[in-house]
Amino acid sequence: MSDSPAKFGDYGGQYVPEVLMPAIEELTDAYERYVLENEDGFMDDFRARLRDFGGRPTPLQHAEQLSERYDTEVYLKREDLVHGGAHKLNNALGQVLLAKYMGKARIVAETGAGQHGTATAMAAAHLGMDCEVYMGRRDITRQRPNVFRMRINGSKVNPVDVGRGTLKEAINETMRDWATNVEDTHYVIGSVVGPHPFPRMVRDFQSVISEEARAQIREKTGGLPDSVVACAGGGSNTMGAFHNFVPDEDVALYAVEAGGSSLDVDEEKGVAPNSASLSTGSVGVLHGARTRLLQSRDGQILESHSISSGLDYAGVGPELAYLVDTGRVTPVTVPDDAALEAFHRFSQEEGIIPALETAHAIAYLETADDLGESVIVNISGRGDKDLESVLEETAKRDLVNAPEMGVFE
Amino acid sequence: MNAISDAFREGPALIPYITAGDPDAESTKEQVRALARGGADIIELGLPFSEPIADGPTIQNAIQRSLDAGMTPRKYLDLVADLDVDVPLVCMTYYNLIYQYGNEPVRAFVEAAADAGISGLIVPDLPVEESDDLRAACDEFGLDLIFIVAPTTKGERLDRVMEQVSGFVYVQARLGTTGAQADVSTQTHDSLGRLANYDVPKAVGFGVSEGHHAREIVAAGADGVVAGSVFVDLIASGEDVASNLEQKARELAEGARTGFTQRVPRPERT
Ligand SMILES: Cc1ncc(COP(=O)(O)O)c(C=O)c1O
Repeated sequence: MSDSPAKFGDYGGQYVPEVLMPAIEELTDAYERYVLENEDGFMDDFRARLRDFGGRPTPLQHAEQLSERYDTEVYLKREDLVHGGAHKLNNALGQVLLAKYMGKARIVAETGAGQHGTATAMAAAHLGMDCEVYMGRRDITRQRPNVFRMRINGSKVNPVDVGRGTLKEAINETMRDWATNVEDTHYVIGSVVGPHPFPRMVRDFQSVISEEARAQIREKTGGLPDSVVACAGGGSNTMGAFHNFVPDEDVALYAVEAGGSSLDVDEEKGVAPNSASLSTGSVGVLHGARTRLLQSRDGQILESHSISSGLDYAGVGPELAYLVDTGRVTPVTVPDDAALEAFHRFSQEEGIIPALETAHAIAYLETADDLGESVIVNISGRGDKDLESVLEETAKRDLVNAPEMGVFE
Repeated sequence: MNAISDAFREGPALIPYITAGDPDAESTKEQVRALARGGADIIELGLPFSEPIADGPTIQNAIQRSLDAGMTPRKYLDLVADLDVDVPLVCMTYYNLIYQYGNEPVRAFVEAAADAGISGLIVPDLPVEESDDLRAACDEFGLDLIFIVAPTTKGERLDRVMEQVSGFVYVQARLGTTGAQADVSTQTHDSLGRLANYDVPKAVGFGVSEGHHAREIVAAGADGVVAGSVFVDLIASGEDVASNLEQKARELAEGARTGFTQRVPRPERT
């Protein structure tokens, strides 16, 4: 294993155009000083803002119906209660604050589901920074409420029309903006992906999830959970929920990927109808890092698919790829249909409308072999943003537990 | 390894870029011949990758056309092997394609590229930090590995990049991505100033589209100019492509030669 801080085993690295390298060196230096060494009290400032602006700590809630249904004690880490409705603020607030400490004037960000975009827009408004968000055209139509929120918070939203108009294209375009405006701009990347130091830094900002959850479950049960379950798109809520449990070898860690409509790849069309890069992908280099990808044999990146925009990405964070290779994290998949079913069941039984991304993690309880006597499920976000697509997708299917919508007729 | 440095020997070098397979492989061959007739000294032939983060809209669209028409790394190398021009060819592509090719990451591609007749590689998403494997393979098979120096590359970092450069250094004229521009940026002059004392041919690209740009850049001390989007636009228009490419190459080569005669000799360093 390489001991470079830029790598996780052979994963990670800094595969970016030279024009960005000086900014990345500057960011690495700032990360080491402010985040790792708390220079100028940066981390104290960050923690205070996470508490007062962000609403932390979030509760660890015992889920009664789920516990009964699965015959194991299910605990929900309620990241849906973070200001803005998802874990994404933990990272966005950290990075926008860091950009401010670095003296940058402008923020750019990509967004898929719009949760990272809205979190960045909120953090930028809160800290008085200019912010532009790139979002694929298709995602703009899938996630309209989040687009409104970004605009209302004062951010510009730039539609990306290239390709299929999802997260991958939005990242490409944000990198191009960064390469053009690198001198006064910071790119707030939305997950544990990209070149070093992003995967480490984003994980550090998100690790508050497992820091709290670990203490909370010990307080409630006197011990550690047998398993932790989280959905994985890029993998930021996953790494956040896992990080402080990684040394606890007896705690099983499950990364739930989007199985989409099928796990098979259509090389001819260049399409993988899923987003399961840990479960089905191969090693390659994308968006600054060596990691697991959905790609053709030639190395062209495939179009991915998931019912949830936030999981709809052909890559995954390099640290997660490494932890899967070492056997510490188990990747599993949940298809579109099962996620949608879990969305409805959970909404009805627990009174929490989860994000479609999160619904994948919840759905895994249904098929899991043995999660032990207690499990923490990371509720990465709430589902308000998804209502339009949920109704549309539900109408296409014959789901046993879908609500009847005749009230509008 | 000398084909590329030789190209700078007789005055300033013109280095056009086109995307291979835009709109198809046969057309690429005609385009390469037309550029050679127009006076190209080196030709950069793009091997299309689905996520071209260093390219602006013009080249992104060319890459899309090429991929839609079915271009692959293997077809690309076949095309190169079929070309019968004297001009050295440089392959410009992104790292993942080099990494995935064949059975042995990186080395298999470089070997196949050398066999096909490629003289050098430019990989815009591979900074010097990550280039050890590719450097070793290029050394083994006699290819030049050309690095980009950006307006943001300064001081100690510039030294580190320049240590790795072979063939020529690609001087990125401005921040951002590829794409034709109306003027020569002041960043070009600053970059050439920083590079003056490095004894490697310097070719300036990103935005070059007119004869007078080539003149100004060479007069400012560059040893060559790279121009891509302007040629790709001519190809995209689809009309009289070969003669337009030849004529544009002639205009840029002529501009570069004029610039060479206008060079102010650099005062000896004391
Ligand atoms: C609620 C929610 N959960 C999960 C994700 C997936 O991202 P990550 O894997 O980085 O946590 C997203 C992404 O937008 C999201 O909005």
